[in-house]
Amino acid sequence: MKELWEGNQAIAEAALRAGLEAYFGYPITPQTELLEYLSRKMPELGRAFVQAESEIGTINMVYGAASGGARAMTSSSSPGISLMQEGISYIVGSEVPAVIVDMMRGGPGLGNIAPGQADYFQLTKGGGHGDYHPIVLAPWSVQEAVDLTIGAFDLAEKYRHVVILAADGNIGQMMEPVEMPAPRKIEKRDRGWELTGAINREHRLISSIYLQPEVLHKHNEKIQAKQRAIEQNQVRYHEFLMDDAEYAVIAFGTSARVAHTAITWARAKGIRVGLHRPISLYPFPYARVAEISKRVRAILVVEMNAGQMLEDVRLGVAERVPVSFYGVMGGRVPFPDEVLPEIEKLVNSVH
Amino acid sequence: MLTDDMQVVYECPDALTDVITHYCPGCTHGVIHRLIAEVLDEMGIREKTIGVAPVGCSVFIYNYFDCDFAQAAHGRAPAMATGLKRVHPDRVVFTYQGDGDLAAIGTAEIIHAAARGENISVFFVNNAVYGMTGGQMAPTTLPGMKTTSSPTGRDVELAGFPLRVSELLAQMTGAAYVVRRSVHDPGNINKTKKAIRNALNVQLNQAGFSLVEILSSCPTNWGTSALDALKFVKEQMLPFYPLGDYKVADSAKSFIVG
Repeated sequence: MKELWEGNQAIAEAALRAGLEAYFGYPITPQTELLEYLSRKMPELGRAFVQAESEIGTINMVYGAASGGARAMTSSSSPGISLMQEGISYIVGSEVPAVIVDMMRGGPGLGNIAPGQADYFQLTKGGGHGDYHPIVLAPWSVQEAVDLTIGAFDLAEKYRHVVILAADGNIGQMMEPVEMPAPRKIEKRDRGWELTGAINREHRLISSIYLQPEVLHKHNEKIQAKQRAIEQNQVRYHEFLMDDAEYAVIAFGTSARVAHTAITWARAKGIRVGLHRPISLYPFPYARVAEISKRVRAILVVEMNAGQMLEDVRLGVAERVPVSFYGVMGGRVPFPDEVLPEIEKLVNSVH
Repeated sequence: MLTDDMQVVYECPDALTDVITHYCPGCTHGVIHRLIAEVLDEMGIREKTIGVAPVGCSVFIYNYFDCDFAQAAHGRAPAMATGLKRVHPDRVVFTYQGDGDLAAIGTAEIIHAAARGENISVFFVNNAVYGMTGGQMAPTTLPGMKTTSSPTGRDVELAGFPLRVSELLAQMTGAAYVVRRSVHDPGNINKTKKAIRNALNVQLNQAGFSLVEILSSCPTNWGTSALDALKFVKEQMLPFYPLGDYKVADSAKSFIVG
């Protein structure tokens, strides 16, 4: 049965159903409803909830709870994610699983509280110090946000890695019909690394320090092997009308949703254009973008930023076809009637 | 070789591993480690204890304890301990932090852990310098005290005044047990051990946040002999950081001794 859910609350409920055992949060627009929802639900269910003193506090509480073997999550929005980057680096270095929700807003600095996509770089390229990329999943609807939230916990545990749900203020705050999955049972398990007290076993250590250069090198090789496995196995994307497309629009999240409407309008005008929508921003679908660039005449990238995913698209395209860009940077969702002329310009530019 | 007319009067606690520490000669971290380990043994809680290591000289504390350990980012140990304790409320969780870690970069984390009444124990080692990085001015460096980043002595006009952590945290309603001790002589070492035991007992009885501040020596970075360093603690640090019980909440009273 479908129910009407607000994005932030839907993600919170999905996390609960995925077996979330510990949530730590701090208020920031436009994700605060997620914190509020869990402030009611977690204590009711006898699970851990703390409103921390800062996003630095929340991410380190996640680090602690995850080190203790619990399914742990925090959520925030762009400036808060910037503060968390230290903790994210430690969590990756220590190889504990964690899920983070980022309801992106306009930046840089305080920017504004309206929807944005300018966290692409800080989410997909590492963000903190050291060599790593979190897994980054970008939903374009509330239903997809719910489904990806459930999957995020599985991926985090499979790879003992950080998984970030990269949505924006629009997805966080709009209401849509959602089919909620059945709640999962929380299974107590010992996977051989979590800190539970050294009862009848050797003591364990969760740490990211490797003082000897050769040992740190080996540890990094292990993390890099994991990154390659993620890149091999976890690429996700969605396409619309790409089969006969002469032109492609590449966009993610809310921008893709806007582009989708513009594409249907362009089709009505006889322009054979399709949509490629990366769902996993890391791992980015480079190979698929390369294939597309071999059979279309030109590509338009649409983002709510100054062109961040654009760089990854260009890497995939490798200058085979022209790539143009349309971006809004004010913390604003573009309208389809802004994107349609960009598609028409793209067509004219190669004619 | 033990013979019938001999008895064991001193041995390595079970909670300590049998390895040589990296601490400098004359440093009192080793004494404090041993006190904590003896208490874990005597209370029989080694197996249910999870430690959180800081950044600083005691960054490798997990090598010396035979219990589970997590390694926190600089200053974040109380937040990490909060996460661990909230998902393992029946385990004993303690942090071990120096003054740079706890009283500068980690000020927000320690104050709010105390304010929440987080049921963890904090062993706060105050030696008035950043030891691991080579003796820079710390938030607890005494006025006039020379360090590598206050080479003419801490000038309070330029660098402000030191933090008195126990006095500060004692104001928190959520703090159950906050005391300052020192390890500069045997009598005070014994008192410190009692306070460590009290702090862990407060936690075991869910009575709230506990912190033992321990004045410690750093002969290497102070540029003194080991003995002179202990003398410095007694003569210079004690007047500025008076020993005592700064907060014993009603909730904690029945779980502490002397």
